[in-house]
Amino acid sequence: MSLVLAAAMCMGVVAESHGQDTRRRRRTEEAKPVELTPAQVAELTRLANERKLNADDLMAAAKTFMPSGRHDDYVLFSSGGQSGQVFAIGVPSMRLLRSISVFTPESWQGYGFAGDNDHVIESLKINGKVVAWGDTHHPALSETKGDYDGEWLFIGDKANARVAVIDLRDWETKQIVKNPLTISDHGAAFVTPNTEYVIEGGQYATVLGYGYAPPEEYKKSYRGMVTLWKFDRAKGRIDVANSFALELPPYWQDLADAGKNASDGWFFINSFNVEMATGGVEKGNPPFEAGASKRDTDYLHIVDWKKAEAVFKAGKAKAINGFPVITLDTSAAEGILYFAPEPKSPHGVDVSPNGQYMVVAGKLDPHVTVYSIDKIKAAIAGKKFSGKDEYGISVLDFDAVVEAQVELGLGPLHTQFDDKGYAYTSLFLDSAVARWTLGGEYAKLNPEQPWKLVHKTPVQYNIGHLCAAEGDTVSPDGGYLISMSKWSVDRFLTTGPLLPQNFQLLDISATGTTMPVIYDSPIGVGEPHYCQMIKADKLKSWKVYPEVGWNPHTQRLDPNAPKKGQEGVKRDGSNVLVTMTAIRSHFTPEHVEIQEGDHVTWRITAIETTQDATHGFCIGGYNVNLSLEPGEYAEFSFVADRPGTYPFYCTEFCSALHLEMMGYLHVKPRGAAEAAPAVPSTPVAAGSN
Amino acid sequence: MAGVFERFMGPRIPADELRLHPVRYAAPTVLLSIARVLLLVSIFFPYWHMELVAPQYPNGLYLTAYVNHLSGDVKEIDGLNHYIGMRPLDQAAQFEKEMSIWAVVAMFLLVEGAMFIHSRWAVLLALPAVLFPAGFLVDLQYWMHTFGQNLDPEAPLSSSVKPFTPTVLGEGGIGQFKTIADMGVGLYLAFGCSVVTVVAFYFHRRAYRPLFRRLIEDRRGTKETHPAAS
Repeated sequence: MSLVLAAAMCMGVVAESHGQDTRRRRRTEEAKPVELTPAQVAELTRLANERKLNADDLMAAAKTFMPSGRHDDYVLFSSGGQSGQVFAIGVPSMRLLRSISVFTPESWQGYGFAGDNDHVIESLKINGKVVAWGDTHHPALSETKGDYDGEWLFIGDKANARVAVIDLRDWETKQIVKNPLTISDHGAAFVTPNTEYVIEGGQYATVLGYGYAPPEEYKKSYRGMVTLWKFDRAKGRIDVANSFALELPPYWQDLADAGKNASDGWFFINSFNVEMATGGVEKGNPPFEAGASKRDTDYLHIVDWKKAEAVFKAGKAKAINGFPVITLDTSAAEGILYFAPEPKSPHGVDVSPNGQYMVVAGKLDPHVTVYSIDKIKAAIAGKKFSGKDEYGISVLDFDAVVEAQVELGLGPLHTQFDDKGYAYTSLFLDSAVARWTLGGEYAKLNPEQPWKLVHKTPVQYNIGHLCAAEGDTVSPDGGYLISMSKWSVDRFLTTGPLLPQNFQLLDISATGTTMPVIYDSPIGVGEPHYCQMIKADKLKSWKVYPEVGWNPHTQRLDPNAPKKGQEGVKRDGSNVLVTMTAIRSHFTPEHVEIQEGDHVTWRITAIETTQDATHGFCIGGYNVNLSLEPGEYAEFSFVADRPGTYPFYCTEFCSALHLEMMGYLHVKPRGAAEAAPAVPSTPVAAGSN
Repeated sequence: MAGVFERFMGPRIPADELRLHPVRYAAPTVLLSIARVLLLVSIFFPYWHMELVAPQYPNGLYLTAYVNHLSGDVKEIDGLNHYIGMRPLDQAAQFEKEMSIWAVVAMFLLVEGAMFIHSRWAVLLALPAVLFPAGFLVDLQYWMHTFGQNLDPEAPLSSSVKPFTPTVLGEGGIGQFKTIADMGVGLYLAFGCSVVTVVAFYFHRRAYRPLFRRLIEDRRGTKETHPAAS
C-alpha cells in the first residue's frame, strides 16, 4: 500500500513536469497528383499564347513556381558586394528571404543604430576610424568533413580586409575581425574541411602591417599575404590569438580554395601580376591592366597548411604589427609553399569534390587547367622543379603536375561541380556557362568522354561567379546552378542608369546538352560576387530566441535584461537607467522623464515568445532604432543633449494596436523648473553605464 | 461493536466458496483494481484541449489542461486575452490544481480500500472516483464562465468585445479566433475508471449480496439457538 502511495507521489511530480506535449496538428494540404482536364489545358494554352509563353517557358514556370506556404529546397547565401550585406535567397523560387547586415549599418535590423558606443559601430572601426561599409565578396558556409553543416557563415570584405562571422541560428553577424597586415584582401573567406581555419587571401600587395614605402621599392618592401583565422566553434568566434599568416611575394593573390579528401591539408591560391608591374599610366608607364598581363604564366600557390600550422605552433613565426607571420624564407625552408605555373592571369582555383583535381580557370586563356594533387605531391617529393622565383620559392614543373587542359571558350573564371561528373565553368566574355566532363573516377558517371566540353548555355550577361547546389563541397547535389550575371542590360525594365544584376537559375538536372535557364532574378542591391547554395533542411534556425531576455551578441540570457514587473527609471546623479519591456501593444514605462545632459542607459526586453511577433524601438531625432525580435534583449546609451519631447514608438507593425505602442521621452531643458524625478533616486547597478 | 465493523466490512469469503466460484469473487476485485489504475494513469495525460484557429496563427494556438497545470501557448493566449481584459489563465482553479494530485491519490486509495469491503459501503468509498471526471468538467465550465464574464472594463478592446463564456466542449468563437475544445486522453481514462467502477459494483453485488444475506441469517440463527451467548 505505501509502495503504491510513494509511486503515486512520484507520478504527481512527473505529471507536473510533463510539459509541452500539446498536440500540434500540422495543417498540411496533401498535394494530389495533377490531372489537367481538357478545359484546363485549353485555358492554359490560351494564357500561354496571350502572354507569349512557349512550352519551355511553361516548363520553367512549373520548375520554379512556389505555391504560397511552400518552402524552397535550397537557400542561397550571396555576398551583397558594396552594400556590405549578405542576401539569403530561396532556390528554386529565387525569392529574397532576407538580408543580413554585416559591414554596413542597416536600420531595419537595428544594426548600428543603438545610440552612442554602439557595439556594431565599434566593431567597424579600423585604427579608430569608423569604416561603415564593406565590399563583401565570398561567403563561406562552415563545413564538417568537407560538407556544409549549416552552422556558421563567414564573409570577407575586400575593401578593408575584414572577415565576419554570422551565426546561422539567428542569422546575425557576431564578429568582425580586421586583418592586421593588409588594407584590402580578396580571397576571403574559404574554410578548411572541418572549419579549422577561415582562409583570408590578400590581393593588392602593400607593406604588411599598414606600412609605407614608395612604389619604387615595390619588390623589396611590398608583400602579399594569406591569413589563417582559427575558428573556435564552441565560442562561435574567430580566435585571433591562435591565428597566423604567411608572407607571400607581392604577386596579386586572388581566389583561394581549401583542399579536401585527397588534398586535405593543402590550400591553393591563384595569382596574377607575377610581373610585379607598378603601373603609373600618368607617368607614361604601362597601366596595371597591361603591365600585369605581360607574362604567359602566373603562379598557382600551393600551401601545406598543416605544416604551416606546425611551424606556427613551434614559434617560428615573426610578429608584424603584433600578428604572427611565417616569412617567405621560413616557408621555403620548411617546404610550406610551392608554386606551379598557370596560364596568364587566371581567376578561380576550385578543388573537385574528391580533392583530386584543382581547376584553374584561364580568364585570359580559353582553357581550364587541371592540376592533380597526386602529381603535385609526387613532384614535390621528386623535386621536379623548373626553378625558383626571385623570393626563393620552388616552382614545380608545369608538365609534371598538370592532369589536363580543356578548351572551353573565352574568359573562363570559376568552376563548380555536380553529382554526375560534370564541372561547370563561367565564361565571362562568352557570357555562357560551360558544362564539361571530369576524368578519373568521375568518367563513369556520365556518357561523355572525360576532359571534354559538353555544352555551353548562354547567360545574360557577363557572368562572374557561378554556384551549383552544394557545388564546392565533397558531395555536390546537382540540380540547380546560379549564374551571377553582372550585366542585365535588357532583361528587366530600365531602372535608370544603374541596373540590377541578374541571378539566373539553370536547371542542370539532365545530362548532355540540356541545361536551360529557367529563371531571371533581378538583384537590386549590389554588387554580389560569390554565393553558396545549401540544402534548406541543413539549417537549424531559431524560430524565436531560446529564452526571454536573450542577448544575441553574447548568445546567452543576459542578467541585465529587464523582466516584467522590474521596469522603471532610476537616477544616480546624471546617470539614468531605463529598464523597459515591450509586448503587444505597449512599452512599460510609457513616459521617461530626464534632464538635458543626462547620460542615459536604456535596456529593453521584448517579452514575446511568439514567432514573428517582432517589435522595433525608435527615438526620432536621437538616431536610435532597434529590432526587438521575440525574446531579444537590447541595450543602448546616449547623452540627452537635445531637450524636447520625443515620441518613441514601435517601428514594426506588430498588432492591431501597433500605432498605440508608443511613449514619450521628456528631456527637460537645463534651467527649467526642477521637478521631482519620476522615480525616487536609487543607486544604479554597477556597470550600468 | 464487532457487529457494526463486520456489517461495514461485509462477509469474508469462505474457502470452499472461493474454490467453487473463483471468477465470481475475483471479478469485482480485478475490475476495481483496473479502475483505480486508470484513474492514476490519467494524471499523466491531458484532460482537456482547446485549439484556437486564426489566420495569423497558421499552426494554431493550443491550450492543454492537465489535472494540475496548463501547458501549450498559455503565454501567447494570455497576451491576446489582455486586449479583452481577461485575467491570466494560470490564475484560474489554483486550489483545484494544487490539490488535484493528492485528491487523485486519495481516490486511488479509497477504491483500493473498496476492494476489501464486501458490503454496500464499498460504493461510498468509490463514489468520488466515479464522479471525478464529471466534476472536472463542471469545474472547468465554472472557471470559463467566471473568467469570460468578468473582463476588465479598462482593457483596450472592452468596447468591442463583450463578456462571453468560452465553449468547454465543441466549437466556439471570439474575435477572429475559432475555438475547438475537446476531452483529452486523461479525461477519457478517468471516465473509463467511472464506467469500470460501476460495472465492478454490479459484480460486487452479485458476489457479496448472497454472502451478506447468509451472514445476517446466520447471525439471526445463532441468536435463536444460543440466546444466552449475547
